[in-house]
Amino acid sequence: MTVAKPLPHDAAMRHVTGEARYVDDIPVPAGTLHLAFGLSQIASGRWTEMDLDAVRAAPGVVAVITAADLPGHNDVSPAPTFHEELLSSHEIHYAGQPLFLVVADSHLAARKAARLAQVTAEETEPVLTIEQALARDWRFEEGPRVYGRGDPEAAIAGAAHLVDGSIEIGGQEHFYLEGQAALALPQEGGDMVVHSSSQHPTEIQHKVAEALAVPMNAVRVEVRRMGGGFGGKESQGNALACACAVAARLTGRPCKMRYDRDDDFVITGKRHDFRIDYRAGVDDEGRILGLIFEQFCRCGWSQDLSLPVADRAMLHADNAYWLPAVRIVSHRLRTNTQSATAFRGFGGPQGMLGIERVMDHVAHALGRDPLEVRRTNFYAARAEAAQGGQPPVGPFRAASPRSISAKMRGEEGAAADPSLDLTSRGAAQAVAPQPAPRSEVPGSTTPYGQVVEDFILPDMVARLVESSDYRARRAAIAEWNAAEPICKRGIALTPVKFGISFTLTHLNQAGALVHVYTDGSIHMNHGGTEMGQGLFQKVAQVAADRFGVEVERVKITATDTGKVPNTSATAASSGSDLNGMAVKAACDEIRDRLATFVAERQQADPATVRFEGGRVHVGAQSYPFEDVARDAWMARISLSATGFYRTPKVEWDRIRGQGRPFYYFAYGVAVTEAAIDTLTGENRLLRADILHDCGTSLNPALDLGQIEGGYIQGTGWLTMEELVWDTRGRLRTHAPSTYKIPACSDAPPVFNVALWDGRNREETIYRSKAVGEPPLMLGISALMALSDAVAACGGPGAPYPALDAPATPERVLAAVERVRSA
Amino acid sequence: MEITLTVNGRAQALELDPRTTLLDALRDHLQLTGTKKGCDHGQCGACTILLNGRRINACLTLAAMHEADEIATIEGLAPPDDPGALQAAFLHHDGFQCGYCTPGQIVSATGMLEEARAGWPSHVSPNLEAEVALDRSEVAERMSGNLCRCAAYTGIVEAILETAEQERDVEPREAAE
Ligand code: FES
Ligand code: FES
Repeated sequence: MTVAKPLPHDAAMRHVTGEARYVDDIPVPAGTLHLAFGLSQIASGRWTEMDLDAVRAAPGVVAVITAADLPGHNDVSPAPTFHEELLSSHEIHYAGQPLFLVVADSHLAARKAARLAQVTAEETEPVLTIEQALARDWRFEEGPRVYGRGDPEAAIAGAAHLVDGSIEIGGQEHFYLEGQAALALPQEGGDMVVHSSSQHPTEIQHKVAEALAVPMNAVRVEVRRMGGGFGGKESQGNALACACAVAARLTGRPCKMRYDRDDDFVITGKRHDFRIDYRAGVDDEGRILGLIFEQFCRCGWSQDLSLPVADRAMLHADNAYWLPAVRIVSHRLRTNTQSATAFRGFGGPQGMLGIERVMDHVAHALGRDPLEVRRTNFYAARAEAAQGGQPPVGPFRAASPRSISAKMRGEEGAAADPSLDLTSRGAAQAVAPQPAPRSEVPGSTTPYGQVVEDFILPDMVARLVESSDYRARRAAIAEWNAAEPICKRGIALTPVKFGISFTLTHLNQAGALVHVYTDGSIHMNHGGTEMGQGLFQKVAQVAADRFGVEVERVKITATDTGKVPNTSATAASSGSDLNGMAVKAACDEIRDRLATFVAERQQADPATVRFEGGRVHVGAQSYPFEDVARDAWMARISLSATGFYRTPKVEWDRIRGQGRPFYYFAYGVAVTEAAIDTLTGENRLLRADILHDCGTSLNPALDLGQIEGGYIQGTGWLTMEELVWDTRGRLRTHAPSTYKIPACSDAPPVFNVALWDGRNREETIYRSKAVGEPPLMLGISALMALSDAVAACGGPGAPYPALDAPATPERVLAAVERVRSA
Repeated sequence: MEITLTVNGRAQALELDPRTTLLDALRDHLQLTGTKKGCDHGQCGACTILLNGRRINACLTLAAMHEADEIATIEGLAPPDDPGALQAAFLHHDGFQCGYCTPGQIVSATGMLEEARAGWPSHVSPNLEAEVALDRSEVAERMSGNLCRCAAYTGIVEAILETAEQERDVEPREAAE
């Protein structure tokens, strides 16, 4: 077995020797040109005149391209219902928006020349904050989206206690260490090859084809690897790829573009910032009887992927808790800032933080242990979950094939637009609502009607409480806080339940292409992209296992739209689930052919043929795999196959907020201990204990890395990474000098991470579970631990700390003062 | 202008714009792309190289200033087919995910181990005079200039500690011989 082994990343050796190539490292042909955008300095208005003479005259400049020069569509939006210009044709929507494109013989020359433009613009008052957008009712979709069930108003009115408040949650810059980059190489006949640092090669292909006004088959996109993506390379690479392709078309020369770090900050979207207002009615034990959330989501200027992001925030507003009567209202607000985009968790973290704040606040208000309040509200542990493999409760009707293809063609509801980008998550609006019957299981049904079938968190929490020594440490911390006047400590346990699948149901599909050569070596390709998550290695392990050979026999090749077409983005944690299954299907196809061939030769039953230890076993005989491959070829048997997979069971109506958006849930629990200095607000993490559920892990080493990295990235988001815009809408934190991400010394000095030993009840690839996004939300425990430390500053009856995120020293200090002043 | 740079033991003549950073000279003119550009502002450590054995950010210095210096990059630390102890430890402890910061981490760790051996104290050293005992907090502090957005810090620290320990085990024996 090659699966479930802790093998290192596919290119591990190349990474440690510096040989691993990223887009900017690819040797380019002589004469390659370099690109830079000229950017808007104002956040809102219209440019009336652009004097580009000085730019054209600058040394090294070969061409300057404006909107009027573009050969095809001037649109890089992933959302088919929204127009997002590559170069502004007049309207200006944010400070940092590309206005024109400089093509020069060096990167530096292009950058310098871009600064020389004289832009005359009519500036208008920008809409920057949630409050300003609300005041102007500037939003996406016609009004707020509302999901829920029951009568929460009545439940709150009848409850013993009312707990209400609001939390502000900041955004987050991706800060992928490799910035955005693309390289376009013009081919004969007007074709274009594009190398892009992108999580979504198919969308790059689609957008480049539109930009060049050529069919998609004239564009081939290749992605070998990314130096980090985190969602920031799902749609934000479109502009660079299109710019390179257009410039390559116009000049006939290869063109490369790489954003400098400042440009990357200023141009590209980030995690959505939120304000979440809440009103909860609870009983004396802290049990939630009724709850109303109002989520205000700042989407920035363009629609991008904001609708599904905001949807996912609503879908995680319950996290792990049964909410008998609930209403979730979501406002998707438009502002004159960078277009917020996908970021690991895709809205889920913000929604989840809302309910975790409620739990923390309820516990404080009632003077109860926050862990007990959480447990009291947990979804019911279902008996059948322990047995596994039971059919799901509730008659979720599978959509008929006809209705799905009709939706794909845009016949139902949405306008049938030939340029509809169906592979984008931004296509959310294009899919028409569809009724889904509903079946409530009290204690187990989410607000959107999906039954939580395998709720393993109670057991996971019990295990982690023990292994982390939570109770004794909590008591020790209380003692320490009572004696220590300056520094205070806090501890918190928070759970994660994260839904796995694209909520846009038709994206839950994947393809693969597998070849076996006559020497027994295997070539594998699939639609997923590698950004450090270890997808390539995991999928190669699957292929090796199917053929019973060592993983070294499997060649992992760059993602290529010419090999596997029409792929979904590598996103929503779905990479291994989808592509692993597609590769398995392709391998099994070839394996079956080989088994039949060998069995026939031996007059055996093909079902008895085994592929193991590099050999093919039939009856008492066995043959080296490469001999079987060669003989099969001699017998004229095809050694190449495609594979395809679509996730079963999912069906979702995003307008009504009903259905089964997720194939399954992934779970995790974290305990974090933190300390604050009450004189300065400075804080640090002292210890973290994590137990995380990866089902039957495909590769425990890679999964551990994802969990540790996700947790730290989550703590960065909630404790130190702060984005600041000035009153004119300019991003002032646009480099690592002003924007702090976690460094080596910010990781907790004691850091225990363990995998929960279990298998996925659904039939995923080797019963594993997705692991890309869920661990990020383990970082919520860090914010709650800081809140606990702040609360320790107050005497009896002191107000709740209401610590907003990120909990920078300033915010911690302000919260300490608030708690103390009462 | 024409300058000669000695990189990984080889002297090479280059025709450069005098404003070219050492990082761009390495990447764009000598095709040594193992040294990465993460920020170009001296704030991420992805471009770490060794200058006469000491670690520096190659994006913060001009190539023209280093004619007389010995420059070592990730490519020069160990041949691809025979990784050194640090490289092997990074493999063993999974000290990376996307790998983009990795060359900088390994070069930086090489320089850092040398600094510790020479007795340079750090911000967290309990004693300015005593020999440096590398532990988790010392390594974390000394490696804080090398950001890893994938946050593979656990593996990075473990890899470096293991290498430091191996060296400690080897050195006394060598001295005794
Ligand atoms: S590229 Fe030199 S420190 Fe970041
Ligand atoms: S491994 Fe991705 S930045 Fe360090």
